[in-house]
Amino acid sequence: MKTQTGFQEIEHTADWEIKVWAPDLISLLASAAQGMYQLSKTVLAESPRVVRDFEICFDDQESLLVDFLSELLFLGEQQGVAFDNYLFEFQDKVIKVRVWGAPIDHQAKEIKAVTYHGMKILEKEENLEVNIVFDV
Amino acid sequence: MMVTISDLKKISDYEWEIPKGFRSDMRVPVRIFVTRDLLEQAMRDKSLEQAVNAATLPGLVGHVTVMPDMHQGYGFPIGGVAATRYPDGVISPGAIGYDINCGVRLLGSQIEAETAKPYMENLVSALNRYCPSGVGKGGALRLSEKELDVLCQEGSLWAKKKGYATEMDLRRTEEMGTLQGADPSAVSPRAKQRGRPQLGTLGAGNHFIEVDLVEEIYDKQAADVMGLTEGHLALQIHCGSRGFGHQICSDYVRRFQGAVKKYNIKLPDRELVCAPMNSPEGQDYLAAMRCAANYAFANRQLLAHWARQAFEEVLAGKVDHFYLHQIYDIAHNMGKIEEHSVEGQKMKVCVHRKGATRAFGPGYEELPAEYRKIGQPVLVPGSMGTASWVLVGTQGSMQQSFGSTCHGAGRTMSRSMAKKQIWGEDLRKELEKEGIHIRAGSMAGLAEEAPAAYKDVDAVVDTVTGAGIAKKVVRLVPLAVVKG
Repeated sequence: MKTQTGFQEIEHTADWEIKVWAPDLISLLASAAQGMYQLSKTVLAESPRVVRDFEICFDDQESLLVDFLSELLFLGEQQGVAFDNYLFEFQDKVIKVRVWGAPIDHQAKEIKAVTYHGMKILEKEENLEVNIVFDV
Repeated sequence: MMVTISDLKKISDYEWEIPKGFRSDMRVPVRIFVTRDLLEQAMRDKSLEQAVNAATLPGLVGHVTVMPDMHQGYGFPIGGVAATRYPDGVISPGAIGYDINCGVRLLGSQIEAETAKPYMENLVSALNRYCPSGVGKGGALRLSEKELDVLCQEGSLWAKKKGYATEMDLRRTEEMGTLQGADPSAVSPRAKQRGRPQLGTLGAGNHFIEVDLVEEIYDKQAADVMGLTEGHLALQIHCGSRGFGHQICSDYVRRFQGAVKKYNIKLPDRELVCAPMNSPEGQDYLAAMRCAANYAFANRQLLAHWARQAFEEVLAGKVDHFYLHQIYDIAHNMGKIEEHSVEGQKMKVCVHRKGATRAFGPGYEELPAEYRKIGQPVLVPGSMGTASWVLVGTQGSMQQSFGSTCHGAGRTMSRSMAKKQIWGEDLRKELEKEGIHIRAGSMAGLAEEAPAAYKDVDAVVDTVTGAGIAKKVVRLVPLAVVKG
């Protein structure tokens, strides 16, 4: 049975695609991040724990999702850190994001980018659902 | 709307068409260079649906062209070519791709493969050591911001000034390795931050360095001009603009989400977002994309320089001539302003090639003097462990496909399916049994790139040559591979 929040890999010939679902937008963002880390087989070190803050300008839900995941990829590449907890504070057109995690212990695959391809956050059976294609 | 075989019009054994009337938002037809067999394979994924979406871009001329190595990508199919009218047609970053100027360089040699075979294990180790590869690997160079700006404008010329390139390297590179019109002020600080430590690295995914044997010559005159001899070694380098290009594409796909509203452009997929070339947004993207293109030319040049050092370290004193000479370097993800003949009229267009190679025929002044008689070399790497091809462009490619042809074998199996069916370690052993030496960053990554996950490159090449949009010169087979 499908859990309330989750993700699953969808077959894609060349790149990676995941379907993500959650009861609300904040859980959907967190679940998408976990899906992305699982695809790239990102393993966090046990310590030290790290925290990062950043802001995203809100245009629409899909852009928020792309911007959020892209920021995580950037932090992973530049600082070697990944995350497992997320806090979002919506302030009009700006979203303040705090993320907690740890240095990356191991990462098997590189994700080049988060694409907008076919992306549409849809309401389905009281849940939100979206497909995300990553360029790898 | 799914495309079925009954929606297609057969033009010849190698050419099919999706008419403009297939969907009301199409601006031009889609022309597919494919045999019936390859077409049936391609219809298993969404590549044709994506080609139909691409046919909605404003300012398109002629037809959207799809090559036989097509597969589903994001927004635009891999293997797609689309030409938009210059300067009021659009440019679409997603139709060029995140890895801007991903491409292939081929180097030839006078090294007899039989003489070098006992040293192949040492050679693949040295290549792996000299040429950084794999997830998150930085390079040996650390550029200052100022120097990166110079490199963005100069590309391979920057590498030559630093002693990493020869005059012949530049002459035998598309655009001499320097696209004019690059402006670093159009590149975000974040892209520069990502680009600075990654110069001179191969990256991961399907990127590779491969030592090949020139197995068979199909056009002796062209092979002689290039300096490719049967039984000798050659080297291919496949990589692109790394995080620098990925970030530039991401930045502009994001910015153009607003541009399509500003210019009232309606598209079936947000990944296809675009802006008129003569708009401020379009001009900025062109300037930034050219920076990434120049970065990629310099990146492959550095890797070629270090590959030469690896060859020297292992083979000096053991073979007569260990030097690797440049055959050609060509992009397969790029947007270029070119002049083409459309319905009998010469016009300037922006040719978007995503997973497609420029293939200019004989006589074009864009080619180095020695190649003007034979046509532009086209480098078509096969999947790991299988053959690769050197082709040349033809008059047919100029007339039928905006001077373009295929770029590789083309995937047919998803990465997840490949990993389920193939164990990386088993594959490595199998390839080594065939005498192919492998160095790979990860076994899972190796499995994803298994030959079974790709189409038959020979069938792809037979299709483009059958259609007359390229001509065979040389077939290469692999002896050693460094995988990112």
